[in-house]
Amino acid sequence: MATKTDLVAAPPMARVTPSPAVKPNRSWAWIWPYIFLLPFLLVFVLFFVVPFVFDISQSFYTERHAGGLGLTPPKVVWAGFENYAKALTDPDFWDGFRRVLLFGIVQIPLMMALALGIALLMDSAVIRFRRFFRLAAFIPYAVPGVVAAILWSFFYTPTISPITQGLHNLHLGAPDFLGTSTILWSIGNIATWEFTGYNMLIFFAAMQAIPQELYEAARIDGLNEVGIARRIKIPMISPALRLGLLFSMIGTLQLFNEPEILKNVSGAITPTFTPNIFAYNIAIIQTNFYYGGAIAAILGLITFVFSFVFMRFSQR
Amino acid sequence: MATIPTEIQTVAPERQSTDRPQVLIGNKPFAPKNLIGLVFLIAMSIYFLTPLYWLFIASTKDNTDLFASFGLWFADFNLFTNIGELFTHQNGIYGRWIINTILYAVVGGAASTLVSAMAGYALSKYRFRGHALVYGLVLGAALVPPTTLAIPIYLLESKAGFANSYWAVLLPALLSPLGVFLTRVYANVSVSDDLIAAARVDGANEFRIFWSVSLPILVPGMITIFLFQFVAIWNNFFLPLIVLSDPNLYPVNLGLATWNFDPASHELLYNLIVTGAFVAVVPVILIFLFLQRYWRAGLSFGSVTG
Repeated sequence: MATKTDLVAAPPMARVTPSPAVKPNRSWAWIWPYIFLLPFLLVFVLFFVVPFVFDISQSFYTERHAGGLGLTPPKVVWAGFENYAKALTDPDFWDGFRRVLLFGIVQIPLMMALALGIALLMDSAVIRFRRFFRLAAFIPYAVPGVVAAILWSFFYTPTISPITQGLHNLHLGAPDFLGTSTILWSIGNIATWEFTGYNMLIFFAAMQAIPQELYEAARIDGLNEVGIARRIKIPMISPALRLGLLFSMIGTLQLFNEPEILKNVSGAITPTFTPNIFAYNIAIIQTNFYYGGAIAAILGLITFVFSFVFMRFSQR
Repeated sequence: MATIPTEIQTVAPERQSTDRPQVLIGNKPFAPKNLIGLVFLIAMSIYFLTPLYWLFIASTKDNTDLFASFGLWFADFNLFTNIGELFTHQNGIYGRWIINTILYAVVGGAASTLVSAMAGYALSKYRFRGHALVYGLVLGAALVPPTTLAIPIYLLESKAGFANSYWAVLLPALLSPLGVFLTRVYANVSVSDDLIAAARVDGANEFRIFWSVSLPILVPGMITIFLFQFVAIWNNFFLPLIVLSDPNLYPVNLGLATWNFDPASHELLYNLIVTGAFVAVVPVILIFLFLQRYWRAGLSFGSVTG
């Protein structure tokens, strides 16, 4: 979870430190916290630490044919940084990486602006049917990503799409949603549809926690609703904005489900479309775990560095 | 990590679950500038709801009408025929997918919530050697997206001989660093130290204190954590795609995706894919509607502690 401490907006607080008041009363009682932690630590080691170490160690090996002609069965040999060098100079890797970057630069700000706009409108005093709007925005989040992608793929497929049908009835041509130049934005639309409401609710919840006195003071100072939004609400919810941005960035770098599903209806989705699709194709489809391991490690590292740098530099 | 908080301030979730009374500022609800806002919200609602409305309409159509009739209105009403066909196609495999999904999401989510609750409780209520290390690991792990480790997890599961089994999906789902983090925050504000001290005076042992005194208090927070984990597992596609090869073990989204992938039967299965998607989505939407309070509680947690 993203982390940031000093949110001023929260109402009465309890301070969070493990309390010294609670002292177990028998001499062997020190063991209890470890017993409570044991199941978690077990799962953590088995499904986080071990796979992590295994992935890294695999990435330093490769398969080679001893005879050079591929006639003998391949042998697994130490490769040093060979896989990493290969990935970093592989245009296929950068192809996907450039694409998710472009996707993130366009889709994330757009989605954030929509989510923030809805949250601000719902938080302002005079909007009716707030409950309905909140539900409408949030319901797509209840739809699993794969189902959302299948659903939208029907909207993009000309033979069945209600959009194409509607435009056709108006004697208008429909755009090709699945072509090379449009497919990325068709995926962007799916992501926007799925996650705008989620971000909106995070922003809205943070706005609801802003103390009323601030608004009263602002009105005395003559700020109107727009001024209040700009000078008070947006700055006050900046931890929530950062959180939303961080999750969106991580999600974008890991983009997989939507393109993998749309691949079925669009030839524009190549095996190198996103870094995760590339890693999947190398490691699972081509069963080259050594190279796939290196790609996964680089992608994980890039994601971590992005998150870390973002959190470090986005603080006031 | 430099940005990890040493102290977190938070609110008990109940506080957030009702809307704050709004201050009226003398504007008329339908004044022009409010109207623009209203129109924007209505347009967005249409955008959010139309695909689901289409899904409902489409699930009432047979394969001919799906292509031949207008997508946003009814043709012949075949919803129940479709549902009947859905649950009998390939010997009723869809029903199995639903049961599998419930198993993965409910059992996995519940077990993961309990594992996380115990760990979060320990981090909240005890001081012990290694406390800072464990807490740092929890926060660091929460930043690593689960897809990163799916490929090595599969390889290890194959070596251990349980890839392509229920365990292959269930066991990795037990890990929820976010759940540990949220329980810790929740236990800090809701389980009082005096209560624990009083239970000790009464002679209860630490496990009994956790189980009979603290756990009941933690329940509302755990429901929120369970919901997050439930949805995370329900949504997970990458891990089951990699670790499962037997269609009888698939969760519903992977099953639907395979019907969708199959080039030979793809178009013949359209009505089943659409109806299958509809049947899979309805229960989750209902859960969301009925448990809204807990969702909002969780989200305000996120925003306040984030």
